[in-house]
Order: sequence, then C-alpha cells, then structure tokens
Amino acid sequence: MRFIKFLLIGFLFGVALIKSEAMSWFRIQEMFRFQSIHMYGIFGSAVAVGGLTVFLIKKYKVKSFQNEEIILTSKPLNKVGNVLGGLSFGFGWALTGCCVAPLFVLTGFGSLAAAIMLLSAIGGVWFYGSIRERLPH
Amino acid sequence: MNEIYQSVILAPWPWYVAGPIMGLSIPLLLFFGNKMLGVSSSMQHICAALIPTKAEYFNYDWKTGAWNIVVAIGIVLGGLTGRLFMQNPNPINIASSTKSDLQSLGITDFNGMLPVEIFGNNNIMSFQGFLFIVIGGFLVGFGVRYAGGCTSGHGFMGLSMASKSSLLAICAFFAGGLIMTNLIFPLIF
Repeated sequence: MRFIKFLLIGFLFGVALIKSEAMSWFRIQEMFRFQSIHMYGIFGSAVAVGGLTVFLIKKYKVKSFQNEEIILTSKPLNKVGNVLGGLSFGFGWALTGCCVAPLFVLTGFGSLAAAIMLLSAIGGVWFYGSIRERLPH
Repeated sequence: MNEIYQSVILAPWPWYVAGPIMGLSIPLLLFFGNKMLGVSSSMQHICAALIPTKAEYFNYDWKTGAWNIVVAIGIVLGGLTGRLFMQNPNPINIASSTKSDLQSLGITDFNGMLPVEIFGNNNIMSFQGFLFIVIGGFLVGFGVRYAGGCTSGHGFMGLSMASKSSLLAICAFFAGGLIMTNLIFPLIF
C-alpha cells in the first residue's frame, strides 16, 4: 500500500506526457529545429511550477505528509560526465525521440519499437555501470 | 458531453496544461513520498535487481529504489490508458515547417506518435531501424546515467532547484540533439 502513491504520481506524469505529445518523435524534431514553442512551453511551465513549489517548501520548511523534513539535495557537479554523458544522451534523444520517461510511456502505449529501445537503454545503463571506473568523470 | 470528451480526453493537451501537471509531480512526490523526481534511476535499479554483475555501481540493495521502479510502472500504465481511452484520432499537428523538413527526409506519414517509416514493425530489422531503435536506445541509457540524470531528474527537478550540474547537463543534452538533428541526420536518411 505504501507504494500506491508512487504508482499514482507516475500514472499522472505518464498521462500528461501522452496528452502533451512530449514523447512523440515528431515533437522532438520540431523542438530541435526550433519550429514551435510547444516543447519549450512544456519545459518552461513545468520548471516554473516545480521551482515555485520547491522555493515555497524551502522557505516555509514544509514537512512531508509523514511529518518528516523534506530532503532536497542537488546532484553533484561532475563536469566531464555531465557533458560527455549529456552529449551521448542528446544523440540518443534525437534518434529515438525519447528521453527515459517517454520510453516507459510509449512502451505502455503499445509501441514495439519503444519496448526494444527501453531494453536497449537498460543495456546502455548496464554498460555504463560496468565500465564506470574506466571513464573520466 | 461528447464534445467535452472529444476536446478534453481525445484531443492533445496544450503545453500550458500538460507542463504544469508534469511540474506538479515534483511537489506531490516531495510531499507524499519525500522523494526527488527522477525516472532514469529506475533503470539502474532494474539492472541491480535483475542482472547478475560484480560492478560496484549495481552492488546495493535495489529495494531502496523500488519506489522509483513503481513510478516507472505508473508511467507505463499512463501510456496504456492513453492508448485505450485517450487516443487522438487525428494526425499530429506539428509546425508546417517541421513537416516539410521531415518530408524532405522521406517521412510522409504523420499519424501516431512515431513515424512508421522509421519505427514501424517492418523497419525494426532494417539497418536504419537498428540505428534509430537499438543504437539510439543504448545511447539514451548510457548517456543518462553517465550524465547523472535525465530530462526529469536534471531537467525538471534539477532546474527547479537551480542546480549547476543540471544546467550543464541540459545544455549538453541539447547540444547532442542539435548535432544529431542538423549535422548527422542528413547523412543517415
């Protein structure tokens, strides 16, 4: 039962992704060609809502539903990894038209290609984990 | 009633509706779960749970990340619901300039979420399909974990905290996408 909230939040996120078409290869092409505000509007408005609520949570020291202190930690800056990993992800994003959540949502949408992409992405994660010590970070 | 169903459930949602809903998942997850949004970690936990390996990166109790896998399952169910009950019957309404750019690359079918010329079942086994689907997916998985997060973890959550690491990662995501779309696509179509 304690997992049901995570299922519902994922579900809401997935439905918003599908209905915004943010996991469509066509929309990603439109974005990388700067031909519509659509994707930028999604990012901008999502970050505006996220940023404002995070600010309020910090300012008023809002406690979680379980009355715990809410923990907010930034990911560590790791210049080489952020750039080289980011470039690799960017190549994949343009090819597949998918970031990670879209891979899950399109698999649920019934796309065989997306299910293969997801398996391949998990393979990519496994490969990264296996050679991590030998990569510059 | 039917009109509401058509315009709210079947028609695509404008960015100013869908974006804020996605943004709301950040405070919902913080408040109800005390967790930070991020989807790509789920793939690390899936590896840790299912693939036998000695790599230190997967050497932890995957159950600490079970919540993240459950979020991913919720996203899959959202996709399934979209397919069963909310599917837009019309072709995607992208910018006409994008349409003509893609037509010049040989993409003419604008139905569905992915172009059938590349991602259709008949093309999966072709070299082009392999490049876009298998290599593309691999680069996504490898890259997100190397960069330390994806569009939700770095993009939504990290930028909401004005994190430097996330800003750098997002710039690199974008640079990669622009290089692929503008410099490499003309060579591989």
